[in-house]
Amino acid sequence: MDITFKDVSFIYQANSPFAHIALKDVSFHIPSGSFVAIIGHTGSGKSTLIQHLNGLITPTKGEVRIGDYRIHSGKKPDSLKELRSRVGVVFQYPEHQLFDETVEKDIAFGPKNFGVPAVEISKRINEILPAVGLDENLLDRSPFDLSGGQMRRVAIAGVLAVKPEILVLDEPTAGLDPKGQREMMDMFYNLHKDQGLTTVLVTHSMEDAVKYADQVIIMNKGSKYMEGPPEEVFVQRELLNQVQLDIPEIIQFLHAFETRFGSHIPFKRQTIERLAQEISQVVKGADLRE
Amino acid sequence: MNNAIIIGQYVPGNSLVHRLDPRMKITIIFLFVIFVFFANNVLSYSILTSFAIITTAITKIPFRFILKGLTPVWFLIIFTFLLHLIVTKEGIILFDILGFKVYSGALIQGFAISLRFFLLILITSLLTLTTTPIEITDAIEDILHPLKKIKFPVHELALMMSISLRFIPTLLQETDKISKAQASRGVDFRTGPIRDRIKAVVPLLVPLFVSAFKRAEELAMAMEARGYQGGEGRTKLRELKIRKLDIYVFLVFLLVIAGMFYTRNY
Repeated sequence: MDITFKDVSFIYQANSPFAHIALKDVSFHIPSGSFVAIIGHTGSGKSTLIQHLNGLITPTKGEVRIGDYRIHSGKKPDSLKELRSRVGVVFQYPEHQLFDETVEKDIAFGPKNFGVPAVEISKRINEILPAVGLDENLLDRSPFDLSGGQMRRVAIAGVLAVKPEILVLDEPTAGLDPKGQREMMDMFYNLHKDQGLTTVLVTHSMEDAVKYADQVIIMNKGSKYMEGPPEEVFVQRELLNQVQLDIPEIIQFLHAFETRFGSHIPFKRQTIERLAQEISQVVKGADLRE
Repeated sequence: MNNAIIIGQYVPGNSLVHRLDPRMKITIIFLFVIFVFFANNVLSYSILTSFAIITTAITKIPFRFILKGLTPVWFLIIFTFLLHLIVTKEGIILFDILGFKVYSGALIQGFAISLRFFLLILITSLLTLTTTPIEITDAIEDILHPLKKIKFPVHELALMMSISLRFIPTLLQETDKISKAQASRGVDFRTGPIRDRIKAVVPLLVPLFVSAFKRAEELAMAMEARGYQGGEGRTKLRELKIRKLDIYVFLVFLLVIAGMFYTRNY
């Protein structure tokens, strides 16, 4: 499903002394099947933005279009349930939403609410468990007995069990160790590829954005600051520095390489291995010339 | 969510009411609450009403905001009014709807009681609107200080109060966050039969309790790590002091009360 924002503004507690503008005239288009990273500092409006994606909040001004759904300012569509079954949201620290007696029941909670038959649910659970890296014998345990990382996997499994077409991830790796972070991001990327999902990732990590996203949206103080493919956005160092964002390590390295060796290697989202090959070509080429 | 409830919320400002010593504010409000019950005619009621409205105006908090915040209370006020219309049978019959007689006394009584109710709520919400929770607990600790002589745990009580006040916004935030997470998983809190809606609360309450207990444990740990051991020998950064301003305000308030008592006999 395509996602389109048209001049969306959102004000918290409008008409009160606490009124706070969280989003200001934000417009963008996310084509179906793409992997989008939304980057910005705390308070830049990222979390407010993603809450528009499944109708948790309605814009104060403007329009949000998700597939055939239109969410206008003022009136909500009659039923958000179908929209919510198609847009899965993994919130920050999703393990806080666990509540049921067993892991199995907690994962089944979402699909059950959306009316998925029990047989189908247990089939889906069996598929999802290996995908999120959970062992089957955990199903009968209480989710509160698990470790933090396992709890997060259970919570994510609960969202995936609904089989959404759009997957929204709000800093899914926050608080995990580096290995866990890598595993988790790879898992999301594989799901994105295998199931043809449209993925929206909110992150602080430039590295993740550059590694996985086809499109990057940079938010600053409630407005869209930059937008485009990572190879175009991340090379604009001055613009990024103005909003106190760093450029990804790989681009920093390319800059350093250029100043040190005087030869320019264009950034086109190479993997580290690929880049190493290119460097060796450049260096060897220079050697040959000497 | 929860935007409508302002009871207990602090609105920053620098008005006369904001700067008043919190102990003075509590004393004045305490006395006001008592004296509201002494008003007995139009004049004495209007004196108290003007006092409340002028005080509200001085705070510079938009009146519309306060009225909107009192929405949950409006129901009670209107309910009280209607109850009086039905129950009280004094004075002359004003009109007769389908054999149901409305007496003049009922109208007056109903109006007086609703007004009394409104004044009570308005003036007490002004306290929390203009005073930070920390100031309130400091003031209460100070006012209850004499009870220490009979081994009443004044400091602990004040601490408990300030901790619970401190965590109200945190809990509201948490509630908002979890209810949004569960709504995304297909829970419907707003529509459907009552039974389903009550059941929908479980996925909200369990995580809330879990995190509240966790938070309490962490707070206790942090307090112990910093060597907290109660109020004994503890000094304060902000000492409460009664200034001239506070005394003037109190005198004005006494005048208002005296005026109210004077007009009682008219």
